[in-house]
Amino acid sequence: MKKLKVILYFPPESTDKPFTYHLVKDFDIVFNILQAEVQPGKRGRLTMELQGSEKNIEEALEFAKSHGIGYRPFNKNIVRNQGECMDCGACTAVCPSGALYMDKKSWELIFDESKCLLCELCIKACPVKAIDVNMFV
Amino acid sequence: MGKTFDEINEKIRQGNAVVVTAEEIIGIVEEKGVKEAARQVDVVTTATFGPMCSSGAFINFGHSDPPIRMNKIWLNDVSAYGGLAAVDSYIGATELSESKGMEYGGAHVIEDLVNGKKVRLVAKSHGTDCYPRLDIDTDITLKDLNQAYLFNPRNVYQNYNAATNTSKDIIYTYMGTLLPGCGNVTYSTSGELSPLLNDPEFRTIGIGTRIFLGGTQGYIAWEGTQFILDKERVDPEGTMYAGATLAVIGDLKKMSSRYLRAASFERYGTTMFVGVGIPIPVLDEEVMAFLSVQNRDIYTNVVDYSVPRRSKPSLRKVNYEELRSGSIELNGKTVQTAPLSSLNRAREIAALLKGSIEKGEFFLQEPIQAMPKDRGFNPLKDRAVK
Ligand code: SF4
Ligand code: SF4
Repeated sequence: MKKLKVILYFPPESTDKPFTYHLVKDFDIVFNILQAEVQPGKRGRLTMELQGSEKNIEEALEFAKSHGIGYRPFNKNIVRNQGECMDCGACTAVCPSGALYMDKKSWELIFDESKCLLCELCIKACPVKAIDVNMFV
Repeated sequence: MGKTFDEINEKIRQGNAVVVTAEEIIGIVEEKGVKEAARQVDVVTTATFGPMCSSGAFINFGHSDPPIRMNKIWLNDVSAYGGLAAVDSYIGATELSESKGMEYGGAHVIEDLVNGKKVRLVAKSHGTDCYPRLDIDTDITLKDLNQAYLFNPRNVYQNYNAATNTSKDIIYTYMGTLLPGCGNVTYSTSGELSPLLNDPEFRTIGIGTRIFLGGTQGYIAWEGTQFILDKERVDPEGTMYAGATLAVIGDLKKMSSRYLRAASFERYGTTMFVGVGIPIPVLDEEVMAFLSVQNRDIYTNVVDYSVPRRSKPSLRKVNYEELRSGSIELNGKTVQTAPLSSLNRAREIAALLKGSIEKGEFFLQEPIQAMPKDRGFNPLKDRAVK
């Protein structure tokens, strides 16, 4: 049994989906909701502690990701390599929290770390690998 | 009263040509009107920096001793074309590495060459009397190559669809990662700065036009593949131009990876971000009227990429001012929009091109042949099943 604290970030269209139902039924996970900000039709944020086998937790998080739900465990940070970045904006397409956005004047990429949920969706979305995750060990 | 290419080139030579970018011209036309702007401004620079899959480079490796007639060729484990003369080849941007898969492809080989890195060349041959050697395994660098020139059969799309995904699963496309349930919309253009939207009827651009390509001067070699002049009127006002493309050529040895960049889209594969800048001579007021185009007048379709067909349905028409705002309305919902091509870098190219024309380092080349007006868009038919 493992415990993991995560923030789940729901895009507007998926807030109605019975995600928690899948957690229990498909992945055998016991959860404890620490904080919920979910309104139909709006972006939702759910902070919860997951309890289950490592494999099940991983799979549940993969499941979430494949449904456009971002998540953030609490032990790493996202870094952008400014020299590599070409300000294309591809990463902003997947960022669920608005941490990555384009400056509307200069059209440079801005990264607001305080808003980052560590979902890592941007890492693979960047076509030149300019975004990476730093692990604190 | 019009101007000719020669007259404008003479002004460039004398160092007094008036050059502005396609973004700057908008304000000038608003303030002074088309007529006066056409009189005062000589050249307007346009640019784009975005993913262009139909890109690649011709290479001549030089002959080894004993010589080899290369039939199968790999560069850093990416297959290159071996169906040309003995040591000529073509490396395409989207060809994937046989060992690294989607992480590395032809585009990366080209970028490594441009960056002066060593690239491993492996080639095999069936052997002939005149080319006895059967294989070779060596390293090459860009400066060792006899010729290396970028030849991109289809670049600089005039206009392109915006993409979304109505399905319930995330999909991975050349338009980036598309979230389920219309979770996002991506688009790829520099809009009002984009070359072929500023000369949509090819008044000044044609075969032979000198352009900025990947950091150096290149040329328009031909119409791009799938070239078609397609326009549609849209309400409230404006014309939706689409379909024109360019085949471009330029010396890889003079290019820079700042303007020619290998990229890899998740679960799609590799492609190349190509920087192209095209100067447009202000020959007359009609040319200037086209140049004054703004994002709010340029429309495209928001297309559903979850439909696995050639013709994908359009959910709505949208203009680039809306797309640039960061979100649009789609089926009664507000959906975030994201660009895929870099406007920031396109602006850099337009400014660079403007600077080199002002300094008398870049002259305009009048087209030696106009673009075709009669091309159709032929589908590929499957063989009829009996
Ligand atoms: S990890 Fe990336 S995509 Fe996810 S919230 Fe942070 S910046 Fe946005
Ligand atoms: S996708 Fe990568 S290169 Fe493009 S803006 Fe984001 S970090 Fe920069």
